[in-house]
Amino acid sequence: MRTLLAILLALSAAACSGDGDAAGRVSVRGSDTMVILTQRWAEHYMRAHPEATIQVTGGGSGTGLAALINGTTDIATASRTITERERRNLRRNRDAEAHAVPVAIDAVAVYVHEDNPVASLTLAQLSAIYRGRIDDWRDVGGPPGRIVLYSRENSSGTYAYFKERVLEDRDFASEAQTLPGTAAVIHAVSRDPSGIGYGGIGFGGGVRAVPIATEGGDPVAPSAQSALDGRYPLARPLLVYTAGEPRGTAADFIAWTRGPRGQSLVEAAGYYPLPRVRTAERVTR
Amino acid sequence: MSRGARSGERELSEPGAPRAVVPLGQGFETPLAHRLAEKAITGVAFVAIAAIVLIFVFILKEALPLLWETELHGEIGGLDALFLPKQWAGYAEAVFVWQPVGTPSKLNVVPLLVGTLKVTVLAMLISVPAGVGAAIFVSQYAPRSLREVIKPALELLASIPSVVLGFFALIVLATWMQETFGLAYRLNAIVAACGLSLAVIPMIFTISEDALRAVPRELSEAAMALGARKWQTTLRVVVPAALPGIAAAVILGFGRAIGETMVVLMASGNAAVMELFDPTTSARTVTATIAAELGEVAQGDPHWRVLFLLGVLLFVITFALNRLGAAVIARLHRRLTAGVEA
Repeated sequence: MRTLLAILLALSAAACSGDGDAAGRVSVRGSDTMVILTQRWAEHYMRAHPEATIQVTGGGSGTGLAALINGTTDIATASRTITERERRNLRRNRDAEAHAVPVAIDAVAVYVHEDNPVASLTLAQLSAIYRGRIDDWRDVGGPPGRIVLYSRENSSGTYAYFKERVLEDRDFASEAQTLPGTAAVIHAVSRDPSGIGYGGIGFGGGVRAVPIATEGGDPVAPSAQSALDGRYPLARPLLVYTAGEPRGTAADFIAWTRGPRGQSLVEAAGYYPLPRVRTAERVTR
Repeated sequence: MSRGARSGERELSEPGAPRAVVPLGQGFETPLAHRLAEKAITGVAFVAIAAIVLIFVFILKEALPLLWETELHGEIGGLDALFLPKQWAGYAEAVFVWQPVGTPSKLNVVPLLVGTLKVTVLAMLISVPAGVGAAIFVSQYAPRSLREVIKPALELLASIPSVVLGFFALIVLATWMQETFGLAYRLNAIVAACGLSLAVIPMIFTISEDALRAVPRELSEAAMALGARKWQTTLRVVVPAALPGIAAAVILGFGRAIGETMVVLMASGNAAVMELFDPTTSARTVTATIAAELGEVAQGDPHWRVLFLLGVLLFVITFALNRLGAAVIARLHRRLTAGVEA
């Protein structure tokens, strides 16, 4: 691991001196789920590398990938994988292949109001709830009453992930309210006893995360252990994308986030660090 | 300054044919500075007009390729799917759906137009009576001391940034309305409309109040002298005389309400439901949709083009309303003055 890092550092130093790299200025844009973590990474990285400037903004995974496609950011952070269409657009606009590197693991938790007695939900129930097929808490073991759906803006990676993983690419009920950010979803659910919402585990507080069961399996609550060993069904890698192989300061920064220092910040931000094995490998999907 | 002026003087002092009288405005050239200033002002006016035209052209340029880029049609299920209900795979019936992310993108703009219309009309139902009523009270009935409190206070309300109004609606108003009226959805069209009213009422109030106070005192004095009561004078003489101004206030307020973004983005819940009459359901407006989604789409994507199409629709609707409003005002004005200018 350490040698790999050293090699990457040396390579990036060479690349730096090679193309100048705009004085080590790197812009990072994308996932709102990852924005706090990325900002912390940038702060610590810049403290260790005073010559580098890392500029971090959020907006959603889609926003970041769109910025990457339009050439207005160097690195896009994403809490979902790139779509075929985005990959095609990147090829067309930047003449480059999307390059993905996982940097942390996040679990998407399903939140209900803390007074809601529902013990657990299956993926099928969750899907039916968010598609509007089940609209009463009574049908899933709760008190009678309408279920109020809280969702995310469609630029959100969490939205796309939830749509793909839970709804199997079918549409959300049009009644689902879209809120800007997981914190907003949690705030809304914490004030609405009949509400249900979803979002990153990093934001938890004031609400209850419902254990989720796969078909025929036992309900599993989101935790570091269950996310890492794959038992929790709604865990996902957090990714950074670049147009083509990252170079210069960008490559160094990405390698640093995956190193011991970067990964220790992952835990502090409420996500799960990459398992040791995965840290070394690159995912290019 | 002075090259023009000097040449004028020289001309006058020239010996030769005597000129007894120099007609006003002739003989003297307009000083250069004046002419430059005139040109500059005309130029600024043209820049403003050009900016509007260019903005419209730019928005149109991004939206129009929807018409002929046939490969886009496949990705959105045909052009008619933008405006007409369509039975998508997995749906039991033809529906209006706005779900841009997914394959195919479901980009029906009707739920957004319905949401915009619903929130705007609700906001106007609150703002017009409140704003015009307050204007009538302040201009006709309120003692001077009270007027000097209410008017600046309402004008201060107009200067609050809309994001603050939105925040207030999101945190305070939504909870209060849900607890008071037992609404099923905490964030909904009526909460957004109330938040919006806070931005629109001061506007309608200020312009209506000015119009009401501009009504010549002779009119109300004549009515009083004929034995009309105060309320009769107000309702039958003063208000009708100020009607063009009040109409202008309402139209400007409507424009503000339909174009307002931040309040509705924060307080309406943003669910694109096809529900025109129930004010307690959520609503997704055109403006909020553009604000929330434009940052995320890739240029040239059908979703990108449809967001610009929404911009075009918004532009056309606002423009048409303003023209209609101007026509109504002109008509009212003609009727009131009976064709005779005062």
